[in-house]
Amino acid sequence: MIKNFSVLCVLMSVLCLMSFHAFALTGEEVVKKSQEAFFYQGKDFKARVIMKLISKGGQERTRELTMLRKNFGELGGEQKFFMYFFQPADVKDMTFMVYKYPAKDDDRWLFVPAINMVRRIAAQDKRSSFVGSDFTYEDVSGRDVEDDTHTIVKEEKVGASPAPSGAGASDCYVIKSVPKAADVDYSYKISWIDKGNFLPLKEEYYDRRGELYRAFTADEIKTIKGFPTVTKRIMKNLQNGHMTETVFTKADYNIGIEDSLFSERFLKAPPRKWIE
Amino acid sequence: MSKMVGFIFFVAIFMLCFLPPYLEADDISVHGFLQGNYSADLDRSNPDGGDFKWAEERVQLKLDANKEAFHLFLKTDAFYDHVEEEAETELREGYSDFTTSKWDLRIGRQVITWGLGDLIFINDIFPKDYEAFFSGRPMEYLKKGVDGIKIGMYPSFVSTELVIIPFFEPNVYPQDNSFYMFAPMPTVANRVEEEPKSKVDNTEIALRLYRDAAGFDGSLYFYRGFFRQPSMLPDSMSAPSRIVLFYSVLSVYGASIQGRLLDGIMSLEGGYYDSRQDRDGTEPMTPNSQTRFLVGYQRQIWEDFTMAFQYYGEYMSDYSGYEKNLPSGFPKERKLHDIFTVRLTQFLRHQTLRLSFFSFWSLSDGDYMLVPEIKYNFSDHVWAAVGANVFGSGEDWSQFGQLDKNDNIYLQLRYEF
Repeated sequence: MIKNFSVLCVLMSVLCLMSFHAFALTGEEVVKKSQEAFFYQGKDFKARVIMKLISKGGQERTRELTMLRKNFGELGGEQKFFMYFFQPADVKDMTFMVYKYPAKDDDRWLFVPAINMVRRIAAQDKRSSFVGSDFTYEDVSGRDVEDDTHTIVKEEKVGASPAPSGAGASDCYVIKSVPKAADVDYSYKISWIDKGNFLPLKEEYYDRRGELYRAFTADEIKTIKGFPTVTKRIMKNLQNGHMTETVFTKADYNIGIEDSLFSERFLKAPPRKWIE
Repeated sequence: MSKMVGFIFFVAIFMLCFLPPYLEADDISVHGFLQGNYSADLDRSNPDGGDFKWAEERVQLKLDANKEAFHLFLKTDAFYDHVEEEAETELREGYSDFTTSKWDLRIGRQVITWGLGDLIFINDIFPKDYEAFFSGRPMEYLKKGVDGIKIGMYPSFVSTELVIIPFFEPNVYPQDNSFYMFAPMPTVANRVEEEPKSKVDNTEIALRLYRDAAGFDGSLYFYRGFFRQPSMLPDSMSAPSRIVLFYSVLSVYGASIQGRLLDGIMSLEGGYYDSRQDRDGTEPMTPNSQTRFLVGYQRQIWEDFTMAFQYYGEYMSDYSGYEKNLPSGFPKERKLHDIFTVRLTQFLRHQTLRLSFFSFWSLSDGDYMLVPEIKYNFSDHVWAAVGANVFGSGEDWSQFGQLDKNDNIYLQLRYEF
């Protein structure tokens, strides 16, 4: 009888553990869902992006572009980006195209209108600054989930403002992500990921000495065609006091962008219906 | 300066005259810039005693208008040239586009850039302005527009660009009043330039087919037209009294491929220059046929720092025929003329400060050209660039060696709107 009871206990605890595993997410799963929510929502996406680069002394520079994105294959898979620049004046009409592949370097092309030339540009470093801002290419188009080890540190509530409803604090997973490669500019990152919509509400990057040097906040979230979308975000460099504020206007999903847009033809002559 | 104001006014009137047909356009935009561009001699004064290779103030207006499938683009410059002491206007580009989902058409003056070379051109057989390049003008002035028609067709298996150019446009080379250059037969002052006449037989055709090939960008090129650098035809080899400068017939067959390789971008391009008037290389004054090729590699070394290298060669066909028929007193070109280029680019201060260095080094001729430059964007509207063009070594007739005495330092200052 005692023997049977202990077998039952073991069975019960195994079942309990199994069910616990079935319902709780691992750090990696949370980050994967977050990437899907942040970078892959919808079949395609369009926004007018206004980036304000603000120096420590308060000098402001503006980068304004239309960004078009289309997913190819499964979530977390290949994506293509098309960007058309309105500002600053010396890059007006410039277009930029990125084919993003998981676990492989991007293909990037730049069109220089003054001489009507399309050029491929070297792109193996996704940690480089995007158009001189505090955002990197990875901040704009996502980082491979497999590049870091992700663990859930704790769960906590994060401030009231970013929630879609504008009310109440959001329950968040707090994730610590440690790059597997040694040559990455941060030694670890702490992210606060909303348990409801899986958007990152806050990110902190720590350098090799363990000091916080770069901080991201999602400052406005709007629901567009049912997709919660970060429409205002700020990245601050705490070491040099520089910051970049990015606002998405005219954001829209599932607008039927053709595959053919992502081609040299349209890089040279961007269709008005997509860039306006 | 009052002349300058007059020309700005003239351009404004010109633009206003062009506007009315497009008043119902879906959208119209006007942009442009004000620019000062000066290039001072570093080595010695110009042959005519001047101290500037280039000195100008310039205004550019760009007008875009759209109406459904139509697009109009005008890019007009007005400038005051302090070297020639004259004001001028120039239509840099002016074309109309018609676009459908399967094909498009561009008619008018347009700049076209083909091929993969960085300041080296094999299959880009469109006209260049080398005077602008050697005088420290902004890079866009190296390219000249062609007056012609471009038809684009985009079936799924290959994209096509066909360019038809009825009006011949030669390259621009430095002027002998401001540049010291090698000139064969310098005593013959009677020189006549004969451009190909605009007729059906002389219409230039350029074709490019391109597509993705296993992740690489592949292109095929064909051109039938003329060399854009003139050849000299003296009336007599022994005692010339008159020289005709003419543009010899040319066909080019080429290909290029570019893609990611070894953590960088690899470029390969080649072209066969078929000198149709001198297929056996026996005419001394007409260029021989050549094979031109380019290998390029660029890579980002660290954030905002890129290195790019190119090796370029021109291999002359029928070299023995060339040697045999070359008149005495003329410099003898080598069978292989090759050049190595290096470009280094470092961005700083959130990509508002750019330090760059470009250099040509000819392995066969031993000459070089160096272009160091600093460019800074003071704001979203104002930038300035300071740089130098330094030439040297080699021989007094070689491509860069002949420019040895023309070193210059330049300033480009621009307000864009």
